[in-house]
Amino acid sequence: MTKVHVTTTVNGDTVEFLADPRETLLDCLRDHMGLTGSKEGCGTGDCGACSVELDGTLVCSCLVLGVEAEGKTVSTIEGMANGSELHPLQRKFIEHAALQCGFCTPGILVAARKLLEVNPDPTEEETRYWLAGNLCRCTGYDKIIRAVLDAAAEMRQEVA
Amino acid sequence: MRYHSPTDFASASALAAGASGVTRFLSGGTDVLVQMRAGMVLPDDLIDLKKIPGVSDITQTAGGGWRIGVAVPGIVLGAHEGLKADWPGVVEGMNLVGSTQVQGRATLTGNLCNGSPAADSVPGLVAAGAVVEITGPTGVRTVAVEAIPAGPGKTTLAKGELISAIVLPARGDNAGDAYLRFIPRTEMDIAVVGCAVSLRLSGDTITEARVALGAVAPTVLLVSAAADAIIGTTLDDAALDALAAAASAAANPITDKRGTKEFRVEIAGVLAKRAAKIAFARAKGETA
Ligand SMILES: Cc1cc2nc3c(=O)[nH]c(=O)nc-3n(C[C@H](O)[C@H](O)[C@H](O)COP(=O)(O)OP(=O)(O)OC[C@H]3O[C@@H](n4cnc5c(N)ncnc54)[C@H](O)[C@@H]3O)c2cc1C
Ligand code: FES
Ligand code: FES
Repeated sequence: MTKVHVTTTVNGDTVEFLADPRETLLDCLRDHMGLTGSKEGCGTGDCGACSVELDGTLVCSCLVLGVEAEGKTVSTIEGMANGSELHPLQRKFIEHAALQCGFCTPGILVAARKLLEVNPDPTEEETRYWLAGNLCRCTGYDKIIRAVLDAAAEMRQEVA
Repeated sequence: MRYHSPTDFASASALAAGASGVTRFLSGGTDVLVQMRAGMVLPDDLIDLKKIPGVSDITQTAGGGWRIGVAVPGIVLGAHEGLKADWPGVVEGMNLVGSTQVQGRATLTGNLCNGSPAADSVPGLVAAGAVVEITGPTGVRTVAVEAIPAGPGKTTLAKGELISAIVLPARGDNAGDAYLRFIPRTEMDIAVVGCAVSLRLSGDTITEARVALGAVAPTVLLVSAAADAIIGTTLDDAALDALAAAASAAANPITDKRGTKEFRVEIAGVLAKRAAKIAFARAKGETA
């Protein structure tokens, strides 16, 4: 199997790797770049644990091939905190106990960050629909939704 | 697997025409990658179309219609005000596909060519009278969307042929469309029945209509008897009942874990009524 040389930008850094063309972007992030924050819950687009942004669009990295990342910009959960300073969403998830096992958390944080970027003041219903592709087997979702809405409120005040 | 990323449709067609094994085109990949992962389809040649110039564009045609590139994802359709104003039913059908993440990748063309009888965007395209432009080894041809599906997982595209654009006609005045599906949940599920209606009014009287049903036969159905039931009417109760009866009569579904044959037949009529009412209100300019 001929491997393909891929150059891409991940969380602001230029990254190069050799990908088997069958490998997903999720495989490449985890196995070639050591970025294991993005999780594989299903590998078929159903759970959202692998959520990343690709050129600013929220996608499942298990439904993107590594070779498709050539020349693109990828942002993952690893780029969310600013050094040791947590993103407001990350802080609110801890405050609200919006995670138990934590497997779904990176994907939900990445998806929620995108929501607040396009819609800084979402309703509960909008938040639930936006996150419908992120499954959580532990929390029952309620604390997640509360944490996202609380983070949104805090972030709006910061800007104002 | 060989991964190709041609930069024009003629080369994509030539690659597919010359390939000897399993070949797939790659638009958003939300069907292809799932099938690869499941081991259902392991392509020898995968032809990524996203490097072809123009595939991510939505442009207005000279006649006032819309030309939609084969790699335009649902999220971009949903954000396009001009397209949404003209064809809200087409856009709402595509926007029902999957989650926010899936919307970031999934395309109309992939939804059509994957060949699922339950594909959510296809009834809307059929009701709208959309056509596809096909590039093949012998050149370019244009056919109606309803001529593409050939049964579950199958299309009428010949070896070496691929879709190079989807074209919606000009909407014109006093017209509206709508798509509704029935699923047991609120999100992230496959249609048990889907129905799209597109119509035009003169005053309160319907002068043109197209009704399409999804998930009730091996392919999408364009039901002319259902359209005839409402053309010339004001969509009064008698017309709605005739519409529902014609839609139910055309439905030829199977029973599976999502719904029985009887349920699907009944719901086909219910959705046809509801979608027609929404399309009517949109044509009157009463709702978005
Ligand atoms: C979690 C999840 C939820 C989903 N929910 C829904 C849903 O609610 N409703 C629904 O209808 N679907 C759903 N789908 C299925 C899928 O997302 C859609 O069918 C989508 O529109 C496919 O588009 P794509 O661009 O990703 O196709 P791809 O996977 O890129 O391609 C699909 C097929 O089309 C062929 N193809 C692609 N481009 C061309 C071309 N230009 N010419 C000829 N053939 C071509 C490919 O060879 C392949 O066989 C879901 C999928 C996932 C993973
Ligand atoms: S691992 Fe990608 S959606 Fe589940
Ligand atoms: S915290 Fe365990 S899956 Fe969400």
